[in-house]
Amino acid sequence: MLDLAWLIPAFPLLGFVLLILFGRRLGEPAAGWLATLAAAGSFVFTVIAFIGLLGEGTEERFHIIKLFTWLDVGSFQADAGLLIDPLSITMCLFITGVGSLIHLYSVGYMHGDPNFSKFFIYLNLFIFSMLLLVLGDNLLLTFLGWEGVGACSYLLISFWFSDESNASAGKKAFVTNRVGDFGFMLATFLVFVNLGSINYDDIVTRSGEMSANTATLVVMLFLLAAAGKSAQLPLFVWLPDAMAGPTPVSALIHAATMVTSGVFLLTRLNPLLAEAETWSTGLVAWLGAGTALFAATAAVAQNDIKRVLAYSTVSQLGYLFLAVGVGAYVAAIFHMVTHAFFKALLFLGSGSVIHGLHDEQDMRRMGGLQKLMPVTAFTFIIGWLAIAGVPPFAGFWSKDEILLYAWNYDEAQGKILWAIGLVTALLTAFYMTRQVILTFFGRTRFFDATAAEIDQGWENRVAAARAEADQAREAEQAAEAAMGKASADIAKKQEAVVKAEEKLGASDPADDKHDRLVKAMQKAEAAVVKAEEKASSLVAGVDTAVQQAKEAAGRVLALENQAQSAPRPAVVVTARTEAVELGEIADHMPASYVHRQEYHPHESPPTMTVPLLVLAALATVGGGLNLPFTKDLHFLEHWLEPSLFGHEAEVTSSAGTKWLLAVIAVTVALLAILSAFAVYLRGRRDPATIERPVLANAWYVDQSYADFFGGPGRVFFDMLAWFDRNVIDGAVRAVAQGSTWLGQGMRAMQPGFVRSYALSIGLGSVLVVVWFLGRLFV
Amino acid sequence: MSYASLIAAEAAETVDFAVLPSLVLAPLLTMAALLLLPPSREDYLKLTALVGSVITGAISLYVLYAFDMGEPGFQFVTQREWYSTLGLSLFLAIDGISLFLVVLTGVLFPVAILTTEPHHDPKPYYVWMMLLMAGSMGAFMALDLLLFFMFFEVVLVPMYFLIGGWGHGDRVYSAMKFFLYTMAASALMLVGITSLVILAAPDIGFATFDVTVLADNHELGRTASILVFLSFALAFAVKVPLFPVHTWLPDAHTEAPTAGSVILAGVMLKLGTYGLLRFGVYLFPTVVRDLAPLFLTLGVVGIVYGAAVATMQSDLKRLVAYSSVAHMGFIVLGIFALNNQGLSGSIIQMVNHGISTGALFILVGWIYERRHTRQIAELGGLQKSAPIMAGVFTLVMLSSVGLPGLNGFVGEFLILVGAFSSARWWAVIGVSGVILAALYLLWAYQRTFHGPAEGDNATMGDLRRSELLGIMPLLFLIVFLGVYPKPVLDRIEPSVDALIAHVESRVDDFDEDEPEPVTRAGTEGLIQAAEEAHEGEE
Repeated sequence: MLDLAWLIPAFPLLGFVLLILFGRRLGEPAAGWLATLAAAGSFVFTVIAFIGLLGEGTEERFHIIKLFTWLDVGSFQADAGLLIDPLSITMCLFITGVGSLIHLYSVGYMHGDPNFSKFFIYLNLFIFSMLLLVLGDNLLLTFLGWEGVGACSYLLISFWFSDESNASAGKKAFVTNRVGDFGFMLATFLVFVNLGSINYDDIVTRSGEMSANTATLVVMLFLLAAAGKSAQLPLFVWLPDAMAGPTPVSALIHAATMVTSGVFLLTRLNPLLAEAETWSTGLVAWLGAGTALFAATAAVAQNDIKRVLAYSTVSQLGYLFLAVGVGAYVAAIFHMVTHAFFKALLFLGSGSVIHGLHDEQDMRRMGGLQKLMPVTAFTFIIGWLAIAGVPPFAGFWSKDEILLYAWNYDEAQGKILWAIGLVTALLTAFYMTRQVILTFFGRTRFFDATAAEIDQGWENRVAAARAEADQAREAEQAAEAAMGKASADIAKKQEAVVKAEEKLGASDPADDKHDRLVKAMQKAEAAVVKAEEKASSLVAGVDTAVQQAKEAAGRVLALENQAQSAPRPAVVVTARTEAVELGEIADHMPASYVHRQEYHPHESPPTMTVPLLVLAALATVGGGLNLPFTKDLHFLEHWLEPSLFGHEAEVTSSAGTKWLLAVIAVTVALLAILSAFAVYLRGRRDPATIERPVLANAWYVDQSYADFFGGPGRVFFDMLAWFDRNVIDGAVRAVAQGSTWLGQGMRAMQPGFVRSYALSIGLGSVLVVVWFLGRLFV
Repeated sequence: MSYASLIAAEAAETVDFAVLPSLVLAPLLTMAALLLLPPSREDYLKLTALVGSVITGAISLYVLYAFDMGEPGFQFVTQREWYSTLGLSLFLAIDGISLFLVVLTGVLFPVAILTTEPHHDPKPYYVWMMLLMAGSMGAFMALDLLLFFMFFEVVLVPMYFLIGGWGHGDRVYSAMKFFLYTMAASALMLVGITSLVILAAPDIGFATFDVTVLADNHELGRTASILVFLSFALAFAVKVPLFPVHTWLPDAHTEAPTAGSVILAGVMLKLGTYGLLRFGVYLFPTVVRDLAPLFLTLGVVGIVYGAAVATMQSDLKRLVAYSSVAHMGFIVLGIFALNNQGLSGSIIQMVNHGISTGALFILVGWIYERRHTRQIAELGGLQKSAPIMAGVFTLVMLSSVGLPGLNGFVGEFLILVGAFSSARWWAVIGVSGVILAALYLLWAYQRTFHGPAEGDNATMGDLRRSELLGIMPLLFLIVFLGVYPKPVLDRIEPSVDALIAHVESRVDDFDEDEPEPVTRAGTEGLIQAAEEAHEGEE
């Protein structure tokens, strides 16, 4: 049955090739189904290989299937060959299993994307590379997979490339990983120079031929590589940014599979680790514990739903390094598998939320989703219980195993490592509870106005008031103008009265005209009265207009002040946080707000919820892989034995101690969950005192790198470029200039006049004669 | 020996009288035909040049087919008298070292002609291209020092005219700089060649320019060897180009027409590294061994320095040009590692660099044709308007970055394995170049293809079907040589083994430096050195 093992990587490779050729024509959703089938086919053949291995004796479970010779130069040889053993098949099982589910999920998630088929091309290529990484029978083939998954990660993080930050995140992931690859390559060279081979077969059987110093150096270099790929201190910075990629990518590559490669590599090389000085494996453990704690503190203060999970992943990977460092390889693989289940579940759940909320990723804008997205909420809660370490969910068993081995490790060191692991567990339960509460419990804050929308609303409101004030001022001006006109009219009419009086005074009363003049006089007087009446009727209007204009201007000022002091949405949010009262600006909100009110958050389609349910089931029962109660229940331990060559650490603690440790762990997890409930559901304490900026910025590590490379680093590179232009090339140009001048000088020596040539010849002859004479006499 | 290779060997024997000369003659005849055509018939001119280069390419592929894999020595030997009194002969032959450079030349020329167009005066353009092809072919096959020198110099002329006549921007300055720089450097080589022939004549008994005879017999004094070698090495170092004599390259590359850049990077730079192998390592094993630290250092400096300077370039083509400095640094590192993996790696890397950088120049040329700018700042978001071009660019870029599974990795890795075995600390620095390569190429890609597309960037046309077909052979080779380099390595290796055996036989105490058999002492020394260095820091 193992003869067919080559089909495991062949399926996704075939899918990749077919999609490159026909992906565009197949379109949506056929391209997605083809890719899913390819991954599922690979899973089927992994299961067949698994059954085949189960049917063999423990000693026989180590097969090398050579496909062809890849590189063969002098004494250096690297085959394209597969190493089938319990370790590689375990990895393959969850890579293809979880991988198939995520393919299926993506069919729903990527619905409507213009590059739908391209997404699945990359996804299949990724599965292929990842399988090569774990199945390769030598370091170079693993490196091929190692770089292949890195390239796929790069391509998928920057999948939505139009956004500059996505593109930067992809580049950052690749370049940071290359720093680790530096270690991988040097370690490979060292292994080759010392053993004359880079095949795992030789490494595991002959690593004893290496001196402890060499083995230590090799382990340190591989640790650098692993720290890059598995996002450990100090190279973790790319992983939180990698969340820029589509969520299925985060689940598959940046949580379940690729980021565990570093742990796989160290586990695969366990005989080498056994040869190395103990301080080096101790360093692995300390690095892991340190990263676990560090990332957990950062996860507490993140508001982006995926960034919480990203830091959580970094932290959980730290546990795996801790396990490898203390020699608990089985626990490392155990937790790797359960973590693949529940972290993929959590990521896919967050994707479902994001999908249902119109690409909203900020948890402050979620809440109350358990009513709107029941399946997502139910499965997410299972994932939460699993990662928080609540029995009987999967994470409890595997995390406890790691803590137990840490406790058993080297006296005092072991106790400190255990304590760090325990504090990390506490933080894990806390931040995950916070995430669940903010996302699924409490009021639905999705419809709430954002700070920007409220600013916009106030801006609109003030602008409307300004328009009103402008109008009132115009009305006021019009009224005053009418008033002025009326006054002018009165004056005119009064002038007419004066004129009429003059005429009347000058006329003879006995004259006929006199009567007429009297009448005109009376008429003019009447006109004045009328004009005065008209003017007085306007006075009230003017007063009102003035008053109104004043009021309107006052209102603008008042609103401007109000806009300044009006409440904005809280920066730190709990389930109790109320929406901002819109009041004054209710009718002035921007379109984004208005449109959102018509949007209905919804549960995701079955292509997405089915994988959620399957993963939730696995996250519930996954602990059954390796139950601690009796030796017979250590399935995983027995299964992995052939790959570990007896290098698994021994647990010496009594049953009582084991129980005690488990009880402590559960108690701590429950306490953390309760306190998170108290803070985020009941509002017993201001969360701002917990979510400090230093945590939100992950202790400013990433920021300092950016400042260094963007500052002095860039200046140095610029200086080199300047040096090249001006010094190196400047010297060349100087030579050119020099020869031009020399040529001009030479031209002056040859003016074309016979007399000057004659002079030169004469002088030259004299010099020659002098030289000869000098040689004769001296 | 298998039946098939027996047939191949037999076939080679029956036809070899004409095969290699025809690689030079076919382009020359095409050139003659082009001269007869009227300058107005642009289509015929291009077709003629294409057919001529394809025929030459086909002959080179035939040579590849008929090449006897197991034979480490020279094959297809053609030796004709020339000036026998002076010891000159028309001596052409190939072995595993030159075979793939000949094939690379045969492949790159048709691709370059197919994928690019001269903007004016096609007749002289194609005439120069054909002369360039003939000269390049000749240089890789010539085993007579003076004949080699002649070909080595002849290629300068067409390249000078191609840059000066069909280039961009400050093309006359660049062409002149290219010509004078390389010409000045190789002038000394002529002195070196004559000195070598004259100094070696008493030992051999007659004057000869035959490389094989010189390599087997000459015993110069130490000083003389060093001086003659340096006269060669300077010419080759400029051609490679090695730091610090590299500054002609960015100017020449940036201003050259696309086809010129492709051939310059793909073929002509290889004359430098090939020269170092054939006329450096082969003729002066002792000197090469003694001076290796110097060249290893220059190679490693080139790797890091070239990459760092490339990072800061604002012109896309200039960036690719500086990436060549870094890549060629790897090849020099491999050559002076002086072991099996290093040499094989550097030879296959010469081929891979020709393919990948050639493809990059073609792509940059297409962008320039469409957008009339190479300034990275003016580009952006091209993946939106040209997704196929972006896909092709990504593949080529990843190959240039050295992604395993693609061609670039194979050579780079073998070089580093080899260098790590014999020149450990240089290799360690060389590996860091791997990080920088990712940095400058991915950053350039991001600024060119990612981000929002605005203005002309949003409406840029994607690859035409003919363009895609034209570059397809290179894409195929990028994948094929990455996945299955064995056929190439199998043909290179016997000759490399022979060269190493030759070096070892000439250098008495060479075994001490050989990495094999595997010993622990090396590593422990390394750790000790590391510890000492660590203590020193404290």
